[in-house]
Amino acid sequence: MSRDRTLTALAAASAALLLLAAIAPQWLVFLLALALAKGLVVLGLVLLMRTGLVSFGQGLYFGLGAYAAALLGHRGGIADAALMIAAGTACAAAVAAILGLLLARYRDIFFAMLSLAFSMILYGVLVKSSALGSTDGFNLHAKGVAGVALAAGVERRVFFALSVIAMCGAAWLLHRYLSSHWGRLSEAIRDNELRVEYLGASVYRVVYVNYVAACALAGLGGAFAALAVGHVDPETAYWTTSGEFVFIAILGGTGNVLAPFLAAAIFEGLRTVASQYAPNVWQMTLGFAMLAIIMFLPGGLWTLVSGRRKAA
Amino acid sequence: MSNIVSVLFDGVVYSSWLFLMAAGLTLIYGVMKILNIAHGSLYALGAYVAATIAGAWLAAGHAAIGSYAMLAVAALLVGAVMGPLLERGLLRWMYGKDEVVLLLVTYAAFLVLEDAIKLVWGVESMLLPEPYALPGNFQIGTLAYPVYNLILIAVAVAVGLVLAAALYRTRQGKLLLAVIHDREMSAAMGINVDRVYLVTFTVGSMLAGLGGALTAPTIAVSPGIGVEVIVLSFAVVVVGGLGSLGGAALGALMVGIVRSAAVRYWPEAELFTIYFVMALVLIARPRGLFSAPEARKI
Repeated sequence: MSRDRTLTALAAASAALLLLAAIAPQWLVFLLALALAKGLVVLGLVLLMRTGLVSFGQGLYFGLGAYAAALLGHRGGIADAALMIAAGTACAAAVAAILGLLLARYRDIFFAMLSLAFSMILYGVLVKSSALGSTDGFNLHAKGVAGVALAAGVERRVFFALSVIAMCGAAWLLHRYLSSHWGRLSEAIRDNELRVEYLGASVYRVVYVNYVAACALAGLGGAFAALAVGHVDPETAYWTTSGEFVFIAILGGTGNVLAPFLAAAIFEGLRTVASQYAPNVWQMTLGFAMLAIIMFLPGGLWTLVSGRRKAA
Repeated sequence: MSNIVSVLFDGVVYSSWLFLMAAGLTLIYGVMKILNIAHGSLYALGAYVAATIAGAWLAAGHAAIGSYAMLAVAALLVGAVMGPLLERGLLRWMYGKDEVVLLLVTYAAFLVLEDAIKLVWGVESMLLPEPYALPGNFQIGTLAYPVYNLILIAVAVAVGLVLAAALYRTRQGKLLLAVIHDREMSAAMGINVDRVYLVTFTVGSMLAGLGGALTAPTIAVSPGIGVEVIVLSFAVVVVGGLGSLGGAALGALMVGIVRSAAVRYWPEAELFTIYFVMALVLIARPRGLFSAPEARKI
């Protein structure tokens, strides 16, 4: 029952967002594009959290995706958004496939801290490499999608529409995955991984696959963020960026594949308001909100949505 | 030759500073199983309070030597105020939750404190150069070093020795070790675990404040100084093994010397090397250098 509802909601949300891509003012398109890009990263993080792992280093793959996409245009001279997105995702997935071999052995705080260390390694490299603009980063400019040239002005809208399609596809796939055999195993691992081993399943393999999938999503989100902003800098790989993703994941909760996108939209919206009216207390607001959610709403904002649905 | 000496000396100075931060962090983790991200904010608070009261002391025309006492007072103040505030006001409501959830709680506290610092002290940077310049320089070979660095090393060694003595030689320390070993059993034996937690967190906060207060004279105290410190001291603590004091000392030495070697011979790789060391150690010893294996609970 609820599975159907999620898919209906996903389809409706995607249609509404596509409509917005065509008619909304530029600032709203920009805000939503950034929200969706971050939502994709958080979607991956939610997959990890359902496996019982919190990564404080998704910035690594967010940054990798962004830089890979940007470099393709900057150095490779290939300014095609579709290729950039593919490059960002592939690059993140490839690195995750290597680091995952190691990280899948760790749990809890060690997983969190080791993934953080890896993201800080990338940050350190990016900050010191003057060829990549050091702390300033560099601009990128995508001129077309899949061979079709875009007129100036509409490109942001097209990229946003692309990210809506990516969101729709990723959320749908993950929704299917979570209700599949391996998806159920993931949650069993969170509850008690030793028993999962006793039952004959390979915890390592499930964790590894989930990790790589989550990181590919982070790379995808990074590429979209780079396209939306038109600029990349090392801050994308910094640990506070990773912390932001964790915050959005907690805000939305892990109950549903739509929650990350909803939470990311709320987050970006609030940030836009806060940077205008109260830039000095933005982090403080985040901190208090996070505490409030951990204390009173451990399932995230999504429990408000699903709770009301159950009551109805 | 003088290269190697200077690399080692710089490394040891940096290690001392790292150790002050890491000791508090590892102590809190060992006892309470909380990896305290807000540790970086306490460090920043220490630096700000030190810059404020030592600055006021000097501006009032008192003897410059007293500014060192003011640094210590700043550390005590940060610990005595912020420790109980965070532990009693926030953390005690969270005990019993997952370690990762507690990590997120301290992350939230860090976010709040970062802005609180900006609200209280503004975004202008503060300078407190006097305690650093006062003792003058000394020579190693052809290179001149500030004597202040020696003070830093001495304080770190003293803190390490005092902590070790307090842990392993006193009755209170042994009670603490019992709590580390098994919280519930200690409570059943009549140890006041709540008090042990409060004292531990306060002492840990004091150490963070001390790290900040001693750093204040060497840097421009400005918003955001706590951020990098956290990740660095995490690296140290994780290398040494969470909850181990000796591990924190060894981890600080390793990270400190590797960093100073990197700064000298390969400056582009400075940040890279620190986390590279951490990743290497964790690959070889998944729980850090000095950590007891833990039984898995089914």
